Amino acid sequence: MVAAAAPREPRARQVVAALAQVMDPEMPGVSIAALGMVHAVEVERDHVHITLLPTFVGCPALDVMRANVVSQVSRATGLVPDAIMVEYSAAVPWTSDRVAPSCHRALLSRGIAPPPPAADSIMTEMPHVACPWCGSADTVSEGVFGPTACRSLYYCRACRNPFEAMKPV
Amino acid sequence: MEADRYHRALAELLMQLADDDLVVATRAGEWLGLAPHLEEDVAFSSIAQDEMGHAATYFGLLAAVQGGDRDDLAHLRPAMARRNSVMLERPNGPGTYREAPHFDWAYALARHFLYDMLERVRLDRVVQSAHRPLADAAAKIRREERYHTQHHAMWLRDIARSGPQYAGRLQLALDRAAADAADLASAGPMAVEMEALGLLPDASHLADDWRAHVVLALDPLGWSLPPLGGALNGRHGEHTQDLTRMLRDLGEVYRSSPGASW
Repeated sequence: MVAAAAPREPRARQVVAALAQVMDPEMPGVSIAALGMVHAVEVERDHVHITLLPTFVGCPALDVMRANVVSQVSRATGLVPDAIMVEYSAAVPWTSDRVAPSCHRALLSRGIAPPPPAADSIMTEMPHVACPWCGSADTVSEGVFGPTACRSLYYCRACRNPFEAMKPV
Repeated sequence: MEADRYHRALAELLMQLADDDLVVATRAGEWLGLAPHLEEDVAFSSIAQDEMGHAATYFGLLAAVQGGDRDDLAHLRPAMARRNSVMLERPNGPGTYREAPHFDWAYALARHFLYDMLERVRLDRVVQSAHRPLADAAAKIRREERYHTQHHAMWLRDIARSGPQYAGRLQLALDRAAADAADLASAGPMAVEMEALGLLPDASHLADDWRAHVVLALDPLGWSLPPLGGALNGRHGEHTQDLTRMLRDLGEVYRSSPGASW
C-alpha cells in the first residue's frame, strides 16, 4: 500500500498527479484529491487500485467521478482502463475536515464558502460562515440544502449576494 | 446453526434498514415540484436523494451477505418480502404524483420527522454493530442524517409559531402517521438475536428510546405523540396495497429490460 500523500514509486506518483487533475463535476477547478476524497492508492505491476471516500453516499456524481478517474489515470500511466480499479469505501468516513487548505482558497474564488470545522455533536443551528464575496460576517443561513448534497444556501446582508457554503460533515 | 442464525438476523436487519430508506425516499421524492416553496423543493428532494443513497448502501451490504444484485434486491422483491414499516409506505395524500396529487405536507413532514427520530436512535446502535461493514457505513450515514433532523426541527419550530390553526393541522398529521407506526421502532421477529449477537446492540430499548426522543422534540412545542396503531406489521412482511402500487411504479423501468446496464 502506498499512502496517497507521499508516493515514492514513479507510477504511484503518476497516479497521484492524475488524481489532482480529476475535478468535482459540480465544482470545476476543485479536484477530488483536494477535497480529501482519495483514501488509498495501491500500485501493482499491471494494475492500480484506488479507494475513494464519497462526500455523501447518495451523491449522484460518484459514477461520473469514477469514470473520470479511470480515464485520467489511464492516460497518465499508459495502463488500459480495465487495469484501473476504483472503489468507494466507508472504512473511513469522509468529513469536510479532509478538505485541503488550498481547496479552501479555490472554493472561495468560486463564491463558495469553505466548510467550517465539523463538530461531532448533533448541530441545532447552521454554522456561521463569512461571505466568500465580500468577507463580511453579516450572513444568514437561507436553507440547509443547496444545489448539491454537500452545499447549503446563505445570504450576505452586507453585499446583498446569495452564496453557497460547503456543509460541515 | 449459530452461523446460520447470525446470517439470518443480519439479513433481517439489513432489509429493515434498506427497505425503510427505499420507501421513505420514494415517498419524499414524489414531492419533487410539489413542495410548499422552491427552497423546500430542493431541500426535500435532497433528503430523498440522501435516503435513496443510504438504501443503495444497505442493499449493497445485503447483496454481499446473501448474494444477488443490489438493484434486484431493491426492485424485484415482492411486497411480502419487504421489511419496511407500514407508516412509511402510505401515500403522501390523495391522488398520485402523476395524477391529481393533492398531497398533505403536514402529513409528509410528521411522518418523516417520526422516521428521523428512529434513524437517530437506530443508527446510534448500528454504528456499534458487530458486522463491521455495516457499522462503518452507519458512521458515514449518521453524519448526513443530522441535516435531516435539523431541517425537520426548523419546520416544526416554524409551524408551532404560526398559530393554532397550523399547529392543529400538524397534530392531526401526527395522529394519522402514528396510526400506522406500531411497527416503526420495532426490530422485528429476530430482535432478540440481533441484540444477543451484537448486530443491533440494545435492540430491546429501541422503541423506548425512540419515544423519548419524539416526546422531547414535540412536548416543548405543544404537541403529543398519540397512541401507536396498525393492524399490519411491516417487519413481518405484512403490507398494504399502497406498497404494492409503489413498487410497481418504482420498478417499472427496471423490470422493462432485465439485465440492462443502467
